[in-house]
Amino acid sequence: MDKVEIYLPILIMVAVGALIATVLMGLSVLIGKRTRSKVKMQPYECGVDPVGDTKHPVPVKYYMVAILFIIFDIEVVFLYPWAVIYDSLGMFGFLEMLVFVAILITGYFYILGKGALKWD
Amino acid sequence: MLDFLFGQLVATHATFDVVTLSDRTTQALAEDPWLAAGYALLGLAGVGGFLSLLGMALIYVERKVAAHFQCRLGPMRVGWHGMLQSVADAIKLLLKEDIIPDRADRVLFLIAPVFSIIATTLGLILIPMSPSLQVVDLNIGVIFISAVSSFGVLGILLAGWSSNNKWSLLGAMRAGAQFISYEISVTLSLLVVTLFAGSLQLSEIVQSQQDGWWIWRGHIVGLVAFFVFLIASTAELNRPPFDLPEAESELTGGFHTEYSGLRFSFFFLAEFINMFIASALAATLFLGGWMPFHIGGLHTFNGLMDLIPPGLWFAGKTTFIIFLIMWVRWTFPRLRVDQLMRLEWKFLLPVGFINLFAAATLVITKLYFFPW
Amino acid sequence: MNSPVEHKPSNVEFSDVVTHDSGRKTMTLNMGPQHPSTHGVLRLVLELDGETVVSCRPEIGYLHTGIEKTLESKLYYKALPMTDRMDYMSPMSNNLGYCLAVEKLLDIEDAIPARAKWIRVLMSELTRINSHLVWLGTHAIDLGAMSMFLYTFRDRETLLDIYELVSGQRMMSSYFRIGGLMMDVPKDFDKSIRRILKNLPDRIDEYEDLLTNNRIWQMRTIGVAKISAENAIDGGLTGASLRGSGVKYDVRKAFPYSDYDKFDFQVPVGVHGDVFSRYQVRVYEMRESLKIMGQALDGLPEGPYIAHVPGVILPPKPDVLSKMESLIYHFKIITDGFKVPRGSVYVPIESGKGEIGFYIDSDGTNVPNRVRVRPPSFVNLSALPKMVEGSLVSDVVAAIGSIDIVLGEIDR
Repeated sequence: MDKVEIYLPILIMVAVGALIATVLMGLSVLIGKRTRSKVKMQPYECGVDPVGDTKHPVPVKYYMVAILFIIFDIEVVFLYPWAVIYDSLGMFGFLEMLVFVAILITGYFYILGKGALKWD
Repeated sequence: MLDFLFGQLVATHATFDVVTLSDRTTQALAEDPWLAAGYALLGLAGVGGFLSLLGMALIYVERKVAAHFQCRLGPMRVGWHGMLQSVADAIKLLLKEDIIPDRADRVLFLIAPVFSIIATTLGLILIPMSPSLQVVDLNIGVIFISAVSSFGVLGILLAGWSSNNKWSLLGAMRAGAQFISYEISVTLSLLVVTLFAGSLQLSEIVQSQQDGWWIWRGHIVGLVAFFVFLIASTAELNRPPFDLPEAESELTGGFHTEYSGLRFSFFFLAEFINMFIASALAATLFLGGWMPFHIGGLHTFNGLMDLIPPGLWFAGKTTFIIFLIMWVRWTFPRLRVDQLMRLEWKFLLPVGFINLFAAATLVITKLYFFPW
Repeated sequence: MNSPVEHKPSNVEFSDVVTHDSGRKTMTLNMGPQHPSTHGVLRLVLELDGETVVSCRPEIGYLHTGIEKTLESKLYYKALPMTDRMDYMSPMSNNLGYCLAVEKLLDIEDAIPARAKWIRVLMSELTRINSHLVWLGTHAIDLGAMSMFLYTFRDRETLLDIYELVSGQRMMSSYFRIGGLMMDVPKDFDKSIRRILKNLPDRIDEYEDLLTNNRIWQMRTIGVAKISAENAIDGGLTGASLRGSGVKYDVRKAFPYSDYDKFDFQVPVGVHGDVFSRYQVRVYEMRESLKIMGQALDGLPEGPYIAHVPGVILPPKPDVLSKMESLIYHFKIITDGFKVPRGSVYVPIESGKGEIGFYIDSDGTNVPNRVRVRPPSFVNLSALPKMVEGSLVSDVVAAIGSIDIVLGEIDR
């Protein structure tokens, strides 16, 4: 089961997904009616002319979440190989996990203390 | 007497052979290329048809379920009990005008829904629906599914960002923060099952539940992991009470405010298929997938259960979880964005880690239920 | 008295003017007029820092109908149907306020028969429940609990059936008349009301099961959009928006009208002045209204349904067909209305939304000189910016729902 061919269907599926989407969208462009007007092409802002721009700086807390996600999710993904062979690792694996997770938890409490998880 | 009759059945069902479509194709490739091509085409047509049919069916079911929760009938006009309503809607959406707002990022705006659809398709092909119905059986199935589901977020983020609409922008920011946060909890709860099963391959995880579904066998750990998974994946599905990126009554549609016609329907379709994938995944990992329901020692009962084909078991379990998700949707109010974050980072995440620790202890002490 | 204000045409958009120069980069966002949860065509100009509201400016006028002005050009009795259309969730309360004001001007208050007063009370309370049910449904749907909307509208149907029963109209009923009622209640009235009195308490329990003890509902409402009792009084808030802050002011108790002093009921007050308090006050009010309805039905006096005031109130139809004098009165009133003594009155009543008051100034002719309505929604809306500044966009939606506004009344 470790052959590369097994990933071939996935590539095909990407193509199929893109193909379905493109064909349907093309079809819709072909048979859908099209009328353009200045007002219609305006972005929707509850029925009044939009004010200002949408390209604003986004509050930093969103990036904070993204960074924390990368830290935690990658750590969790690191645990997957460990989980697969955990049965054969025995006590050693258990202790190793403890150390690993302990470091992670320390980090968690650190960011908790720093207030990185405070949303307001 | 009954034992005698059904004992035979139990014996024949003792092992299930897993033959996926890709296996068949590779086997056939050596013998008969035409047969291989046939299998491949079958797979493609199957997935394409399955995708759209499933999407329409789920939308119909959602509308009917919602209607009956709300003491009304729902669609009744198109076809018997409105069965063809989704088809009519699909045709309508196809005929709708395709609008790209001014000053939108055209390229990103165009490809965002395609991203969503591709991610959905990729998730779908991994689900083992019965011993013989699985398109691809990857050896890293669990990781692959979580990777793909993160990919789907990209579509939503891009859609919101490229629309040049403030509501969409707010929706996209919410979506980004929400989905990646809950992704951690999903991954953590999947890790628990991986730990139990010792494999990442979905078919093997199903096989590992021969002696009992992980939701029972793992004592409370399995149950906790199941519920964490359910909550976190509801959040990732962007469904109420976690539908903040869309939040119709706050953001007028959120990330898809500017989308119309077919491209809007792609997001819709992706959302519903993703609901199926999440439910199917929960059924596969926690509820034994296509494994029949067995109670240790009761051979007659188990034999009777074996009579029901595995495909139906899978469908039944998945339907049950889909119904759960819908039930929640039509009952609860929506969370606020800070509460959503608090729920994940201050509740689900610690619970997930503690649960993982408990699971590791369980495995090392071999304290399963159903030890026979 | 005042010199006409010179209007200069301006090409400066209102929203351009509201910009903060606090150094932070904020995003100006129009919430409304076409927005699912601004309860009509309210427009809020929000200034956002991320999702936090820095400032909020309500802009109204999208539903301007000129009702006040129209009232001033109509005969007194012809103006009545206009009042239905202001707060279209509680038409009978508006009718009542207008009728009471005109009756006071005419000084015929003592002539109103008891039966008319009691039916007015009964129907006003029914209207209050009607208004609160719509509020509950829309408030819940704003916060994402979609099914609630359909549940409350299902029950509202039964109330509208009563409207239809008594007046023939489900929404713009115009059932109350100057001097009494349009007609006496029909035979089935008692039975229909008793059915509602029997069913609705269980339904309200159901709603409370779905919302009051729901963790998410509590999280979304407790501590959100707070307003202190002092601020509420200063802002002139009335109704549940005021009582939610703990101020026990209810026109029915403070200035009893239409025999309200003969009924036994409680005025619920909240403690915290947040969305949840206002929610609880309104839900409790529905139960109290049912109580009043029960009392009114049990003790409904017999007698005429409209006052007998020749020249002002239309004579009974049989008399019109048989008596010369009545026919002349009928013709006179229909074509020319009736003259109202010179003077001005202000009559407040407690509608579902708060204190709705009618100020009518008469110059002695058959049309009012000036009519001014004190709309509870308009005054309550003015507290919105104070409530939401510093909170999140989602809280704005909760706050709008909790002050229970109707744009038809705000813009008049």
